[in-house]
Amino acid sequence: MFTQRHLLGIESLSPQDITEILDLAERYAQHNLKQNKHLDVLAGLTQINMFFENSTRTQSSFEIAGKRLGADVMNMSMQASSIKKGETLIDTALTLNAMHPDLLVVRHPHSGAVKLLAEKVNCAVLNAGDGRHEHPTQALLDALTIRRSKGRLHRLTIAICGDIAHSRVARSNIFLLGKMENRLRLIGPKTLMPSGIDKLGVEVTDNMYEGLKDVDVVMMLRLQKERMDGGFIPSEREYYHRWGLEPAKLANAKPDAIVMHPGPMNRGVEIDGTLADDINRSVIQEQVEMGVAVRMAVMELLARNLRNSKAEGAT
Amino acid sequence: MTILTNARIIDPEARTETLGAVHVKDGRIIQILTNEIKSFPAGKVIDCDGKYLAPGIIDIGVKIGEPGERHKESFRTAGLAAAAGGVTTMVTRPDTTPAIDTPEILDFFRRRAADATPVNVLPMAALTKGRNGTEMAEIGFLQDAGAVAFTDADRPVENAKILQRILTYASATDALVIAHVQEPALSKGATVTSGPFASKQGLPAVSPMAERIQLERDMALVEMTGARYHADQITSAIALPVLERAKAMGLKVTAGVSIHHLTLNEFDVEDYRTFFKVKPPLRSEDDRMAVVQAVADGLIDVISSMHTPQDEESKRLPYEEAASGAVGLQTMLPALMQLVHDGHMDLPMLFRAISLNPAKLLGLDAGRMAVGAPADLILFDADAPFVMDRFKLLSKSKNTPFDGRRMQGKVLKTFVAGKQVF
Repeated sequence: MFTQRHLLGIESLSPQDITEILDLAERYAQHNLKQNKHLDVLAGLTQINMFFENSTRTQSSFEIAGKRLGADVMNMSMQASSIKKGETLIDTALTLNAMHPDLLVVRHPHSGAVKLLAEKVNCAVLNAGDGRHEHPTQALLDALTIRRSKGRLHRLTIAICGDIAHSRVARSNIFLLGKMENRLRLIGPKTLMPSGIDKLGVEVTDNMYEGLKDVDVVMMLRLQKERMDGGFIPSEREYYHRWGLEPAKLANAKPDAIVMHPGPMNRGVEIDGTLADDINRSVIQEQVEMGVAVRMAVMELLARNLRNSKAEGAT
Repeated sequence: MTILTNARIIDPEARTETLGAVHVKDGRIIQILTNEIKSFPAGKVIDCDGKYLAPGIIDIGVKIGEPGERHKESFRTAGLAAAAGGVTTMVTRPDTTPAIDTPEILDFFRRRAADATPVNVLPMAALTKGRNGTEMAEIGFLQDAGAVAFTDADRPVENAKILQRILTYASATDALVIAHVQEPALSKGATVTSGPFASKQGLPAVSPMAERIQLERDMALVEMTGARYHADQITSAIALPVLERAKAMGLKVTAGVSIHHLTLNEFDVEDYRTFFKVKPPLRSEDDRMAVVQAVADGLIDVISSMHTPQDEESKRLPYEEAASGAVGLQTMLPALMQLVHDGHMDLPMLFRAISLNPAKLLGLDAGRMAVGAPADLILFDADAPFVMDRFKLLSKSKNTPFDGRRMQGKVLKTFVAGKQVF
């Protein structure tokens, strides 16, 4: 049973934890199709979304998830506020603590920052992405999407393609899919491949054609604009030619292989636009849909653990 | 007149440990006796109870917060920590605010040091003005004012042409230049050593190759200029052959390493523990073992604590934003005793690296257990076990990575010029 107080990363989860979260998320995925989506699971609880880094998609997904479960949701755009005035992360945490939130959803540009914050607050903390470290709910929603498409989440061959070095999505997915005993292949230019990553039980290649051979799932990663201008790769067009996903490269994968992307996409840079819209191959829209369901599930479980720990504290 | 009897005397020069007595007068060692002699000359007798008596530690690279960062460390607190840690001479860094780059600032520094510390303080001065790597500091004036070595601390001189001229100028006055050997472009922004651990934690990383590249460049410049050169910290296996070759060629080159790189490795950082953030970053276990061996073999000459006080505010931050460095004056001896207890080196060899070699490098007559040498001595128990509690440290800043660690080795008494300061 998932008993952790926070969700800071996938690395500390067991396969049973992952399955429990996904099973509950599956129920929420069904629920979210109903016209009346309101529930009272988190009624009375306060959820604060703190984003120290810009995000529209993830923040709205967390906001919708919290609202559907009946929490009072508040968004704090940290870029605009106190850090500009020189407040440290710890002081921000203490200030928040005094407002008695129950769930804190945090994104921060530095690896480990969300954990540091979690050590200083009394509520449950949900990592919505820390630096290049982890983005656990993204990996969970990817896993749910794969499970729904493939009917299982083990013994699949999965390729993760693109800028692995700077990607927290890649790291969380490597942990999660590895724990569930899948075969993982990392594909990308060597300049965007973290050193020693092959020691984490994955195969590494810079050849997209070879790497995609017979895979069940192709996960594309976003290439940040600032990395395209000669620093890591020579140009956008050379990147697309060698690592952009288009039908010719995808033909090497299994005929029923699915295509995933965490968004937002750069059409024509890492993925062909038509392919991204192909309802027979692309599950990109479903990923967004599963995102809300997974976040509802995680928040319900964290709220449960929070109540349990408070009940224990009372006795 | 003081006589220290019944002591296990460590002589790093002769590489011996012998039971005996040391006779101290007017701040110097005037006689070393074996225990068979029953009648001692008159004077104050201190029974050492069979514990170790060694030359005091000479610690090259101590950062004191004066001027500029007195909230992190003052001369007084650093002096107390040094005395308690068995460090009888602090060789201080010039990376203060402002940098110690003129004879006037150096003069202020020396007067403050003399007023406030019970141990010897020998200042190093900046190699370039403001430590900015562009214009050389007044090396001659600073030498006259008492600077024992020249360094820009953790900033390498990036421009090879500028360093070449500085080394040429320094060689004329036989000034010792101490350099930080990390290639700056590769090291920029890096907080850990590259590899699976760094990749898993998602932290910006640097390969130890950055150390070798910089050392190779500097060795070439030393070969060109004939300057006296000391690499502050060699921390990786890959850089050792470069050092070995330079020494074999007869270049006037020596190298140091910190206590942290000898006793900790990259995995100690665990979940972003900022007290383990040092410069250069902690290395792999293979690298650690290689540099331990290099010290035991005498290839690496000097061990330093690289004492760098940082207050809580500069460490309680996300790993990438947190300040680098750890305090070390008081943790140095117990940390290094681990290497002795693990059988990597004997005590005389250890004291070569922390007393004799630093003294030789700086042209001091200390660091020796010999008649005529200054009576800078420490008495310590090599085995006494304890659990490190950072809040018991005397430094104003408490940033040690050894907090909570079980350690062995306690300083019992420290003497500077025959006077007990701890």
